[in-house]
Amino acid sequence: MIGLPVLTLMIAIPLLAGLICLFVNASAARWTALIATFLDLALGVYLWAGFVPGGPQWQFVEHIALAGNFSWALGIDGIALTLTMLTVFLMPICIGASWRSIVKRVPEYMAAFMLMEALMVGVFAAQDLFLFYVFFEGGLIPMYLIIGVWGGVERVKASYKFFLYTLLGSVLMLIAMIYMVATSGTTSIPALMQYNFPAEVQQWLWLAFLASFAVKLPMWPVHTWLPDAHVQAPTAGSVILAGVLLKMGGYGFVRFSLPMFPDASAQFMPLMFVLSGIAVVYTSLVALVQRDMKKLIAYSSVAHMAFVTFGLFAFNRQGIEGALIVMLSHGLVSGALFLVVGVIYDRLHTREIAVYGGLANNMPGYALLFMLFTMASVGLPGTSGFVGEFLSLIGTYQMSTWGAIAATTGIILGAAYMLWLYWRICFGAARTPEAATMADLSAREWWLLAPIAVGVMWMGIYPESFLRPMRADVGRIVERVQHSRPIGDSRPAGAAAQTIQVAGAAR
Amino acid sequence: MNFFQAELPELILMIGAIVLMMVAAIAGRRSTPAVSWLSVLLLIVATVLLFGPPSHAGPVFGGLVSADAFAAFGKAIIFPAAAVAIIAAHGWFERGTEHAAEYPVLILFSAVGMGVMVSATNLMTLYIGLELLSLASYVLASYRRMDDRSAEAGLKYFVLGALASGILLYGISLLYGFTGTMTYPGLAAAFARNGAHSLGLLFGLVFLLSGIAFKVSAVPFHMWTPDVYEGAPTPVTLFFSTAPKAAALLLGVRVCVEGLGPATEAWRQIIIFAALASIFLGAVAAWGQTNIKRLLAYSSINNVGFALIGLAAGGATGASSVLFYIAVYVVMTLGAFLCVLWMRDENGEPVETLASLSGLSESRPAFAAALAIFMFSLAGIPPMFGFWPKLVVFNAAIHAGLVPLAVAGILGTVIGAYYYLKVIKIMYLDEPAAPYARSREPVQGLLIFATALLVSPVGYLLIRPLSNLADRAAGSLF
Repeated sequence: MIGLPVLTLMIAIPLLAGLICLFVNASAARWTALIATFLDLALGVYLWAGFVPGGPQWQFVEHIALAGNFSWALGIDGIALTLTMLTVFLMPICIGASWRSIVKRVPEYMAAFMLMEALMVGVFAAQDLFLFYVFFEGGLIPMYLIIGVWGGVERVKASYKFFLYTLLGSVLMLIAMIYMVATSGTTSIPALMQYNFPAEVQQWLWLAFLASFAVKLPMWPVHTWLPDAHVQAPTAGSVILAGVLLKMGGYGFVRFSLPMFPDASAQFMPLMFVLSGIAVVYTSLVALVQRDMKKLIAYSSVAHMAFVTFGLFAFNRQGIEGALIVMLSHGLVSGALFLVVGVIYDRLHTREIAVYGGLANNMPGYALLFMLFTMASVGLPGTSGFVGEFLSLIGTYQMSTWGAIAATTGIILGAAYMLWLYWRICFGAARTPEAATMADLSAREWWLLAPIAVGVMWMGIYPESFLRPMRADVGRIVERVQHSRPIGDSRPAGAAAQTIQVAGAAR
Repeated sequence: MNFFQAELPELILMIGAIVLMMVAAIAGRRSTPAVSWLSVLLLIVATVLLFGPPSHAGPVFGGLVSADAFAAFGKAIIFPAAAVAIIAAHGWFERGTEHAAEYPVLILFSAVGMGVMVSATNLMTLYIGLELLSLASYVLASYRRMDDRSAEAGLKYFVLGALASGILLYGISLLYGFTGTMTYPGLAAAFARNGAHSLGLLFGLVFLLSGIAFKVSAVPFHMWTPDVYEGAPTPVTLFFSTAPKAAALLLGVRVCVEGLGPATEAWRQIIIFAALASIFLGAVAAWGQTNIKRLLAYSSINNVGFALIGLAAGGATGASSVLFYIAVYVVMTLGAFLCVLWMRDENGEPVETLASLSGLSESRPAFAAALAIFMFSLAGIPPMFGFWPKLVVFNAAIHAGLVPLAVAGILGTVIGAYYYLKVIKIMYLDEPAAPYARSREPVQGLLIFATALLVSPVGYLLIRPLSNLADRAAGSLF
């Protein structure tokens, strides 16, 4: 690789653009933000093109010592690569989605989004424990402002809830991090992924990290900030929240909890499965009865995230790969669904499902794309949702039949609430005269939704493009957790050893 | 000549203060600008001189004070903070009937007192420094003597401060009675001989620490803080919450480490209690405040708690973490109070209610952004620099094996975050209120900008030099 500090650039460009935004007028701020996000997207494509699957684990590594243990250490593996790609892919779409709908204090809004992008890229690229924490927590400030300043009616309550919930989770993780550094003497994430903490210490550290990631992901029962935040946030804020911020929780599990504390992960596997099982069934049922479109999608996010925790804590290749694909797919699909809601919200300024109906008549293009994203959310084969959920279920079944049963129930319920939502909005007769006269998608809205649609189909038809860069890294994690892997209830104990052999041979 | 060189900064300030007092007395009000700027100049010269012998001359005056790296670090915080307090008063007292020229002189006297406090290695010099600071402070608190609130603040501060001085003196007399010495090394030797089993020594230790806890406004000796901070003129509040607090904390560190080092187990539990109580009370009591000066008073109580966590950790790491914490805390607090100084209604009258900040981000975006940076930084939210000192003290606590203390302390930050967030919410989320008058103080504006820049993420570049200095300063105690 040539010595271009790509990752630093990807963080610096939005920061610089955000600073410029503050000093220019609304229109210039929009264009500055759009150009910066496209530059970042271009750099992301460069990363993807330059990443060698199966090459060294950490690529595009940068390291500048700052003080003591603390250093500006960046680098990505395949997992971080795909999530970074997701971030830079969604950002131009977010800017586009806010082009018309945000009229109040545009320069500050764009600056907040730019800061957000820099911090999100930083989270996935950080290789220093404290640097990771700074990026991880730093995201709270711009998101708080995005929800609080540009949000809906109850924005103040929602923004407080978001901020304090997430902060409470994270500070415990900080203590665990300091403890880890004090014990191991290094802040390097790659080094810590190889470090063996004593089993009794692992439990506490694992729980402290759980406090942070469970809130961020979010898992039942600490998910209650999510519906509020989603409903009150502006459309682009919801897209970023669902698309990327929730993924930080899953990323945290796969980067920290599993490789750093494999024994504790195995020990707490039943807890994770129980919580995920409850989440998938409970939040799906809650989603069924929602009257607010955004809230429905928010609850469906919690249910989908449960597939991530199921897959990750299945301790096998299919489960982990499935979980990662669910994360990517959900990033695209839920982002798109929030945009779809935003489209009609911009026209009628209500998210009440009962107001709409029969949109397939006057908005055929809209109905088509909405259909595609609904199917992806349900997990129809050929869309990205299917690949992730199917792999995750295979993994889960090998570990726990009961878990798999709960997860499958969730899929059925998911089909119920999503299809019912689609039916109520797009089919039948229009329930209000305004709904019947709404214009179809504008060119700008097509440009926002079509790229996501392409991504969803691509991931559904040829997931190998996304699995290839992650394969080696997933293999390393599976290997790392192998010795502490729980046996599971799906097969007799004797057969477990056989599975390991088969898995070994496959590798 | 050794002591002359080593104590040159204090000597300059002392002589300068006396001369300027004469000037102020003879020339009257007209001399205010000249006296103020000369005082600032003296403080700057004193700060520059710290790079010379004052930072490495060792014990002078027969061991009454020690001119070491620790003292120099403290003075390098105190003198500039005092200078900022003088600059902050520009344009403040001219409106009233007060004789403003004495204000910078009083600040100079208290700066000398604080210089003695941080370099004292004898209980007697400790007390002299503390009293020099306190007497100047009582006058400063009641500086607007025609204003009821200011007079009340001064009286309250004086009565309670005198009580605390009495407690401190009683502690000193007990320690002297039971050990026969007043020097820190002598005390350490006595504690090492007897352990902390001697009841008299223990009593002396407790009274001594109580007196110091009053000065740093640690719970349960914090009651005066909100009233005095609210009643005192804002430039004086700015001064109280920074330099004297830093001086008293550093004095506490030096006494605990140098004088009471062998009795660490005895004082650690006191410090832990004071730390946690300060963090939680400071956080919870600030919730309902509607006056920004009271809110910042509770914020300072809260922050002292975090600094005390570093002290409780003990050892060179702990002491160094306290120094690091104080340095950043002083910068954040200076910036926040400079912003409070700028809160003036259209007639130029100062306003202090939180409600008047409403919608500030629309009428004065840069001002609001600066105050937001200070609030997030005081709350310790990354990527603001205020996060790093918290990390440093928690790191020291965990290295010392005090994990439960660190967990409890960090939960306190979440409670505290609520009220800092409230200020942000009022500025950014609420509808605009009547706008403030524009300030005509370019130097103060520059200072706000500089402090905001220092505690913004740019501050991370300073971690290495600052922690090196703090390590060296803490190292000189052992």
